Amino acid sequence: MTFAANFSLVLPEVILGASALVLLVWGAFHGKVTPLFTGAAVLALLGAAVAAVAGPHGHAFNGVYAADAAATYAKVAIYLFSAIAIVLGDRWLAVRGDQKFEYAVLVVLAALGMGVTASAGDLISLYIGVELQSLALYVLAAFRRDDAKSSEAGLKYFVLGALSSGLLLYGASLIYGFAGSTRFADIAAVAHGTHGMGLLFGLVFLICGLAFKVSAAPFHMWTPDVYEGAPTPVVGFFAAAPKLAAMMMLARVLGDAFPDSVAQWRQILIITALASVFVGAFAGLAQSNLKRLWAYSSIANVGYALLGVATGGETGLSSMLLFMTLYMVDVTGFFACLQALSRDGKPMETIEDMAGLVKERPGIALAMTAFSLSALGLPPFSGFWAKFYVFGAAMGSGDVLLQWAAVLGLVGSVVAAFYYLRLIKTMWFDAPASPVDKPQPTARAIGFAAALFSFPVVLIALIWLDPAARAAAAAFGHA
Amino acid sequence: MTGLLSLTTFAPLVGVAVLLAVRAASGDNAKTDALARWIALATTLVTFALSILLVVQFDAKNPGFQFVEDVAWFAGLHYRMGVDGISILFVLLTAFLLPLCIIAGWKSIDKRIVEYLICFLVLETLVIGVFCALDLILFYLFFEGGLVPMFLIIGIWGGKRRVYAAYKFFLYTLLGSVLMLAAILSMIAIAHTSSIPVLMTYKFAPWLQTWLWLAFFASFAVKMPMWPVHTWLPDAHVEAPTAGSVILAGILLKMGGYGFLRFSLPMFPNASEVFQPLVFTMSAIAIVYTSLVAFRQTDIKKLIAYSSVAHMGFVTMGIFSGNAQGEQGAIFQMLSHGVISGALFLCVGVVYDRMHTREIAFYGGLTNRMPWYAAVFMLFTMGNVGLPGTSGFVGEILTMTGTYQASTWTAIVATTGVILSAVYALNLYRRVMFGEIVNPDLKTITDLDKREILIFAPLIIATLVLGVYPNLVLNLTASSVDGLVGAWRAAVGG
Repeated sequence: MTFAANFSLVLPEVILGASALVLLVWGAFHGKVTPLFTGAAVLALLGAAVAAVAGPHGHAFNGVYAADAAATYAKVAIYLFSAIAIVLGDRWLAVRGDQKFEYAVLVVLAALGMGVTASAGDLISLYIGVELQSLALYVLAAFRRDDAKSSEAGLKYFVLGALSSGLLLYGASLIYGFAGSTRFADIAAVAHGTHGMGLLFGLVFLICGLAFKVSAAPFHMWTPDVYEGAPTPVVGFFAAAPKLAAMMMLARVLGDAFPDSVAQWRQILIITALASVFVGAFAGLAQSNLKRLWAYSSIANVGYALLGVATGGETGLSSMLLFMTLYMVDVTGFFACLQALSRDGKPMETIEDMAGLVKERPGIALAMTAFSLSALGLPPFSGFWAKFYVFGAAMGSGDVLLQWAAVLGLVGSVVAAFYYLRLIKTMWFDAPASPVDKPQPTARAIGFAAALFSFPVVLIALIWLDPAARAAAAAFGHA
Repeated sequence: MTGLLSLTTFAPLVGVAVLLAVRAASGDNAKTDALARWIALATTLVTFALSILLVVQFDAKNPGFQFVEDVAWFAGLHYRMGVDGISILFVLLTAFLLPLCIIAGWKSIDKRIVEYLICFLVLETLVIGVFCALDLILFYLFFEGGLVPMFLIIGIWGGKRRVYAAYKFFLYTLLGSVLMLAAILSMIAIAHTSSIPVLMTYKFAPWLQTWLWLAFFASFAVKMPMWPVHTWLPDAHVEAPTAGSVILAGILLKMGGYGFLRFSLPMFPNASEVFQPLVFTMSAIAIVYTSLVAFRQTDIKKLIAYSSVAHMGFVTMGIFSGNAQGEQGAIFQMLSHGVISGALFLCVGVVYDRMHTREIAFYGGLTNRMPWYAAVFMLFTMGNVGLPGTSGFVGEILTMTGTYQASTWTAIVATTGVILSAVYALNLYRRVMFGEIVNPDLKTITDLDKREILIFAPLIIATLVLGVYPNLVLNLTASSVDGLVGAWRAAVGG
């Protein structure tokens, strides 16, 4: 393969890498964050998304890098949501008079890392992607340096993230040792038919490391603390794009490198998935801080997505992709709304702060209700369709264990229903304490736009849910 | 006429759009509220007219689905609608009760009126959708979607413990529904279709039927509600506003019975046969136990709520009797109960609006001040007891005849329920209506006003007409029920 052919396959990432460097230099010399600067960062991400869609499919650099339908799908979602995160974060920092050019650069770098992981065809490219993404995210969590909670969040995230990277790396080294190659295709060839203890050991470590990144139980401990401390738009970003990227990694490793060991990794994933669903559901009941609440909600939802991965195969993995996309819309919209709100200049962060919101700001209250019901998976909200595809895949798998896991998962969602209802109850039934400030317009606009996608009544369903579902279904067609 | 069914189903949403537009144009003030009430009433009346049009055009001799619509929706799903003799009357019942619900809250609801009306209109669409959906997914959408408006109706406009009741209602129902969702997904995975008419003839393996039946049962038994999962109902009823109780007892409970008729019997005939004794036992216990519980209540609404559970016992019994009388009786009983229990809750609403209490002990001697009210309440009490000449009698006698053929003992136990219902209902009537007025607060209570008479008039007519000439309903349902029973018999080899 010629260099030009390889280059055209990695074009989206090249765009991002180059833009990140340019933005860095621009920011370092210019110092101030101007709308032009933010716009350029957003444009870079959109450009990368376009390049991912328009670019050719194939394997670059001798299979180290895969540009296929699944990667394209994930990248479009990741880059779009990263672009939204830049806009939201810029507004959030602007309100606090704390705009720094590093924010946009870090998000672009994180997006680059995520894009690399989504395309990984080799343990090394996977690891590079993971680290690039994680290092950028650690800094983002601690972005408000003068805020103790934010610094604490960053530190916690970093220490535990480093541990998980260690697990991941250890697993990767075991796999390399026993398979003799880091490339997924080679590993699959070696693992075919034999289930060597060494390979499986490596796989378990790898799954643990990745479970950490998606914040699946029992590796979820960092999530609530980091979410609570990190700036609101950063939380919205954390809960969306990096989760999809990490899920994509799992899909890659399990689907491309260990396709024949389904029976082995399925057990691990089912247990992790159910543990996540129930930890997310029960621990969420005790939360009063909205960010912590949504941290647990995201743990539970990751559990559902993991069920999709556990199902494996074309239907299972594509149901996971669709699930994550729909979940990202909810979580981004929710945090955009949360960011838009303040009361007497102070951010509204607890459930009690939301009292009577429907009287004060009916639009935002309605949008947040939609996101909550959608995250709960109630029809006709988009979250229902997400669950519909994941559970449908599990039910159709013919594996009794998986089918019962799906039933249990559904029962878990009833427990989680309580805290979503509590939020809705507070917004709708309780009386407001004091007037809510005028919402931040950009964040509100993004929240409203997300609400339109979250509440797909007939028409919008046709416009976006249908192509999204079709694209996700086609994503793993090669496998 | 194609599209009439969708038009009927979604007509209330047009009203919602108009309400939102009016609210946006003229703001939140008394004038908007007054206008909003008229808009909502007009919308429900139009829907009612459309549903009558449906019934008129309905061909009673055709046992299959009519007004069928089938449009490709998205991602391989289909939008399928249609009604048969079993479902069409529930559409009519829903459309009939909704205008009364709107009028019932005309004065007593004084806050967030536009939202209140929107909730009711959305609920109407969803409930009609449940009865018309011919696709499992679509059915689930409508079935589950109804939780939110009802949650809000109980939680915002309800009584003192409304939040508790709203949670309980939502979570109980949701738990049942998610199990049904699991069953729906596995049915689709196995049969590769979500079309209800196709699935009705699809023969699932008997062992699988057992699981699927149980999952559907979890959902419908909660919705119905059957003993012992009925405990959410009294709470929800007591706390809901009057119109909420009417819609809950009158329509939402019927979704459970309809589900049994539409899914459990035709799709899982063998399992239905296996579980027949279970359902009979649960029904018999429900009839006797909840009647006794009703007798001990101190709150009028709670008493009627428990009596609803008892009456639903007759319905489940009839549905699983597996013969035409039983099924016909169950459908009839559901319709009649929809009218009578709705009317009884409205009766409670009348005195509650005046005195703001539902304690039985508070009242007494109302005949002295409210003769019209006493007459109306008497009629519906008799309907509830099942006096011949009222619609309540027809349903009970048919379900018991049907059950007698399937299980003599169940029918005998159920008969005691008829006596017990007379005991609690007449006792309630005696304590609230007869005697001298002791409580000084009641000395100035006023009789029914014109608005209230307007609400009760159609309900009285329906109760009496159906009681005297039940064939009005039975003719419509006969051929579909025969088809259902015939298919069931063929499947279980009876």
